[in-house]
Amino acid sequence: MAGNAGDAQARPLAIEARGLVKRFDGFTAVDGVDLSVPEGAIYGILGPNGAGKTTTLRMLLGIIDPDEGVRRVLGHDRPHEVAHTIGYLPEERGLYPAMKAYEAIAFLGALRGLPLAEGRRRGRELLEEHGLGYAADRQIRQLSKGMAQQVQLLGTLVHEPRLVVFDEPFSGLDALNQGKLERMIRALAAKGTTVIFSTHVIAHAERLCDAVAIIAGGKVPFAGPVDVARDRIRPQVRLETRASDGPWRAALPADARHEGSFWYFSLPESGIEPLLRALIEGEAGILSLSIERAGLHDAFVAIAGEAAARALEEEKEEARR
Amino acid sequence: MSEQRRTGRLSTLAAAYVVARRDFVAILFSRSFIFFLLGPLFPILVGGLAGGIGQRVQQTADRPELGVAMQAGDVKAMVQAHQRIASQLGQSMPVLVVVRELAPGEAFDPAAAMRGDRANLAAIVSGTPEAPVLTGPAERIEQWRGRVAMVAAEARASSSAVYPEVTLAGIATSKADQKHSRLVTAQLGQTVLFLLTMLLAGMVLSNLVEEKGNKIIEVLAAAIPMDAVFLGKLFAMLAVSWVGISVWGLAGGGVWLAAGNSLQDYPAPALGWPMFFALGVAYFSLGYLLLGSIFLAIGSMATTVREVQTLSMPVTMLQLLNFFFASYAIARSGTMVELAAIAVPFSSPFAMLARAAQDGALWPHLAAIGWQLLWVAVLVRGGAALFRKRVMKSGPAGGGRRPFWRRARAA
Repeated sequence: MAGNAGDAQARPLAIEARGLVKRFDGFTAVDGVDLSVPEGAIYGILGPNGAGKTTTLRMLLGIIDPDEGVRRVLGHDRPHEVAHTIGYLPEERGLYPAMKAYEAIAFLGALRGLPLAEGRRRGRELLEEHGLGYAADRQIRQLSKGMAQQVQLLGTLVHEPRLVVFDEPFSGLDALNQGKLERMIRALAAKGTTVIFSTHVIAHAERLCDAVAIIAGGKVPFAGPVDVARDRIRPQVRLETRASDGPWRAALPADARHEGSFWYFSLPESGIEPLLRALIEGEAGILSLSIERAGLHDAFVAIAGEAAARALEEEKEEARR
Repeated sequence: MSEQRRTGRLSTLAAAYVVARRDFVAILFSRSFIFFLLGPLFPILVGGLAGGIGQRVQQTADRPELGVAMQAGDVKAMVQAHQRIASQLGQSMPVLVVVRELAPGEAFDPAAAMRGDRANLAAIVSGTPEAPVLTGPAERIEQWRGRVAMVAAEARASSSAVYPEVTLAGIATSKADQKHSRLVTAQLGQTVLFLLTMLLAGMVLSNLVEEKGNKIIEVLAAAIPMDAVFLGKLFAMLAVSWVGISVWGLAGGGVWLAAGNSLQDYPAPALGWPMFFALGVAYFSLGYLLLGSIFLAIGSMATTVREVQTLSMPVTMLQLLNFFFASYAIARSGTMVELAAIAVPFSSPFAMLARAAQDGALWPHLAAIGWQLLWVAVLVRGGAALFRKRVMKSGPAGGGRRPFWRRARAA
């Protein structure tokens, strides 16, 4: 993570949104979204398809205007006024196929106010830095999909933005390039750049983000530090015993479930010590016991609600078949 | 990225320039641009060939042949007389063809000869120059009687008549002639303006298709106002059109001048040729921008080429109506009809160009250009707003897409 939550609280906000609402033909895509993204933070937006992630990002960037609510991006109500300090990589990538790689980077920079000659120079430099120097004079149509994606990513950063917005940046990248992108995001944050991204891969958010917003049905049921999200779920206990039955069973919480040779249950509010004492006195014969803090995925399921959990079960069922 | 940031906020015009420069260069250096430049040559070539053939056919059809069948000496005298008269009367004289030089005392049946193979013969002159006989269809020979008599009289004369040289004394064009000539210039100017506008503005229709297809439209929309995207695309296509018109104009003008033509041979428009051309440039640009902004908005809404074609048809018809309206107003200078044609933005460039040919006042053009520019701004803004509202939206999840949590697991 780029920094801890305490530091983040003290920093000025790069993005502040209050009560954002967007409706399309009577359908409310975003319904009262509040967001606070401190400067220099890595911030994730998590949510299922149609939850309103892209619409929220588009409103923050000024691509579309909210029907209700206010947004402030880098201190401005109108995001286009600070467009030269923002970089944006949309979910659906695209470049002009006839453009050369370094020209494409320069063009993306020119759209953000970077002089064309400077953009061309930096374009070549960036391609060299990222091992793509040999492709600088190739047309986009001559590049592989992965290379074209990297060119667009470099074009997003060529003007050295203060705020970078990525919409599903990891989709379409192989494991190697996902790792490279994670390192790049960390490097950006280390230099003070604010990074906000949406993703469907919770593991990326868990590894990278200082804070997340969980969005479902156009609403944000949770927005805050990742640790706070994970603390919404009680830690999970995994217990393995020699004895299969005995008086110790009475000490297990009501939600305990038996799978294979293990018992799973939430850590009781009284803590682990009384439980341990009861297990020992009840001659359970403890073979192993572990306490695991809830992951962001569990937190997401808990926070996003029953619908997400049900869908997760459906997916399990589908995978089993 | 330790260097000092050197970017600055782009104004709408600067952003439009970035888009226009990209589009202009991309189009100008594409292979298809060569075909675009060569395009007008095909209709000119076809038109030239068709015109040449048509003219030949018309000439042949319009100048029927009269046959002559007399004794050899009379035939010679008739042919020479015909040549002398034809040199004075030109095309109005029929062609004289020798059908037969008769030997003394030889009999000849002109009616039988007319029924023969020479289908193009309008009639046959027989007898003698003193007493010519014209044989042919009753309803047609009457029209040749006078000219045959003239040739026969010339042939009968012992020496060829000397035709005196006629001195030509031209006078300045009358007021009525000037008005008529300017009307013709106005009509011609309007027609050329309409054709160029319709042909070239149509290219704008599919202009956003590339951006939508490449998904780069979202990058553009996030970086610069959509007004700037629309404006940039319009001006890029206008610049491309100007390159085309310049090439065609230089090539066509060169050929026209090489053929010995000169603008001095034609009646000057009321504002003079230089101003007329300058206003032609302005009104073409404005007409292009007005129609182009509508086409661009339509094209941006459409998702397929078929949709583009379907949607463009009503606009094309509407523009045709505007052109007819402006044409109708030409001969009604100063009336409410002309004012209405000037006020309606889409007919305004046509009506005003016609006015430049007919009226010497300059200030109405400045007002009209301002008015048309205002409408260009309104239409560009309207089109961009519509595009933002209708196209750049993110709705609920599509049925065919994998849910978020399934993709999460897969990853």
